[in-house]
Amino acid sequence: MTENISNCCTDKTALDKIAAIAKTWKGRKDMLIEVLLQAQKLADNAITEDVAEIIAKEMGIPLSTVCNAISFYAMFSTEKRGKYIIRMCKSAPCHIKGAEAVMQAFEKALDISCGGTTSDGLFTLETCECIGVCDRAPAVMINDEVYGPLTPEEVIKIVADYRQRREEK
Amino acid sequence: MEETRILLKNLGKVKPASSADYVAAGGYNGLKKAIANPEAIVDIMKDSGLRGRGGAGFPVGLKWSFTKGTPSDQKYIICNADEGEPGTNKDRILMAGDPHSMFEGMAIAGVAVGATKGFIYLRAEYPYLLPILNDALKDAESAGFIGKNILDSGLDFDIEIRSGAGAYICGDETALMESIEGKRGEPRYKPPFPGVSGLWGKPTIINNVETLCNVPQIIDKGAKWFRSIGTESCPGTKLFTLSGNINNPGVYEFPMGVNMRTLFEEVGGGCPGGKKLYAVQTGGASGAIINAKMLDMPMDIECCAKAGAVLGAGDLMFIDESIDIINVVENLIEFFIEESCGKCTPCREGNTRLLEFVKKFKEGTAIEGDLKRLIEIGSFMQISSLCGLGQASPIPVLSAIKNFPEKFIVKSDERGQS
Ligand SMILES: Cc1cc2nc3c(=O)[nH]c(=O)nc-3n(C[C@H](O)[C@H](O)[C@H](O)COP(=O)(O)O)c2cc1C
Ligand code: SF4
Ligand code: FES
Repeated sequence: MTENISNCCTDKTALDKIAAIAKTWKGRKDMLIEVLLQAQKLADNAITEDVAEIIAKEMGIPLSTVCNAISFYAMFSTEKRGKYIIRMCKSAPCHIKGAEAVMQAFEKALDISCGGTTSDGLFTLETCECIGVCDRAPAVMINDEVYGPLTPEEVIKIVADYRQRREEK
Repeated sequence: MEETRILLKNLGKVKPASSADYVAAGGYNGLKKAIANPEAIVDIMKDSGLRGRGGAGFPVGLKWSFTKGTPSDQKYIICNADEGEPGTNKDRILMAGDPHSMFEGMAIAGVAVGATKGFIYLRAEYPYLLPILNDALKDAESAGFIGKNILDSGLDFDIEIRSGAGAYICGDETALMESIEGKRGEPRYKPPFPGVSGLWGKPTIINNVETLCNVPQIIDKGAKWFRSIGTESCPGTKLFTLSGNINNPGVYEFPMGVNMRTLFEEVGGGCPGGKKLYAVQTGGASGAIINAKMLDMPMDIECCAKAGAVLGAGDLMFIDESIDIINVVENLIEFFIEESCGKCTPCREGNTRLLEFVKKFKEGTAIEGDLKRLIEIGSFMQISSLCGLGQASPIPVLSAIKNFPEKFIVKSDERGQS
């Protein structure tokens, strides 16, 4: 599995924070998913090889066990991703309400295709399965926030709002 | 038609995190009664006739009796808040609006079978519920309803919240347990069943959020009261999620047995734009797709099954005449290919084969015998897959073939030429 993990470096402060979190759960294999979720937030939304290694070491579990979990769950990525992860729902209730057109609007507004990250590192565009807000279909999650029902026109405004957020910071 | 709000009665009326509000609305009475007479609880649950609301409809009292009857130094209660079935939103509504009823249901289960620890397995797609649940839990702990020595009874019941990480299969009970243990969410071979050997090999009750939210009022008001609502074989109310081509999508509470037509016309307000209803998928992504002609159907487990539909978790996805049903079937199979865990061959390979054949019918390249092969593969998956995912994933396509035969016609000659 490890050959799939991109071998790039995560910055030292992030790695230290991750090590500290992992260490508190030494010997607690059951906390692995929780640790991975927290680590990913600190490390450009990805579990790269260096992150996986430090978690394995600090928690005292084999690296293969860590990689095994990463490869199974959809929320984990081994490639570094943007600050905002846009996850467009493609399950049936959203599909029949026009999810594809909304997805195309995102691709156009961001000038990337599904799976890609914008060159400024701000957005990654992905599809996902049902996010549990089918009554707001077609729906999308951007990090922890839900938007829907969406029209292709609204997509342009949402993307602009997020770009604005960065400028304000 | 007016809703019958039993599960949703506190929605918008209490501050979700506040146990004081919940108590003022009659909450935690069931727990008090359970503590006063723990021995009686499993029998009351049996008498109530409550069946699981997560999709399979297993009798709750019977499930609890297995765990009660298995001696162990440690037992667990798990609340299944994975809600991964496309078309299901109800558990989110309950957790966001009335989390204490879920805690109370879990604590009553704990008292009834001698479990001191509960887990809520919350899907990662609901991160915005975590602050509400954490606040509510803290409040319940400081008020003495959850934690050590609950209500001065000498009994303990802790609750811990665990997050998923994006995997539909982790809604399956044993896959969920693997996930809590920190592993890949692959279902286990059964037996042993979780009631006897579940989380870390200990006797474990796992119930859906909506199931557990029914428990406090059953214990407080009695089995007879509960049986006065709903149908003979499925007492109580059900939360229905309406989605798809419908004017008023959302979650609504009605007694079991409510007619599907009522839900479509009166509650849902029909299809937008005056379009005609063409089909309904009942019971989520793995449920049956029925013809709009079959709309008059009482919604409980038995009636749905008899009519060729599936109650499941109470999902109704309405599909209007502008949608191509084969396109929907294709989308559904793609979902199962994506979400199959790959542990067993019938499901891992079978779903891919189903998609191949469905694409042929969509593109008009199906040849003589393809329909028979498609049905054969689907039927084989139903009987040979390890878990409910592979057993149920052929249902949408098999039901579509039955209810929309005109969509599965061989148009080309036997050499596959149109
Ligand atoms: C693939 C699959 C996914 C499931 N997803 C869920 C789910 O998201 N929520 C749920 O409560 N039950 C789900 N179930 C059903 C559970 O395995 C289990 O039957 C249920 O949690 C039992 O609770 P209940 O008896 O209260 O319904 C799923 C089953 C399968 C096979
Ligand atoms: S039926 Fe599918 S999801 Fe279930 S164990 Fe087999 S491969 Fe995994
Ligand atoms: S199908 Fe998109 S949110 Fe449920």
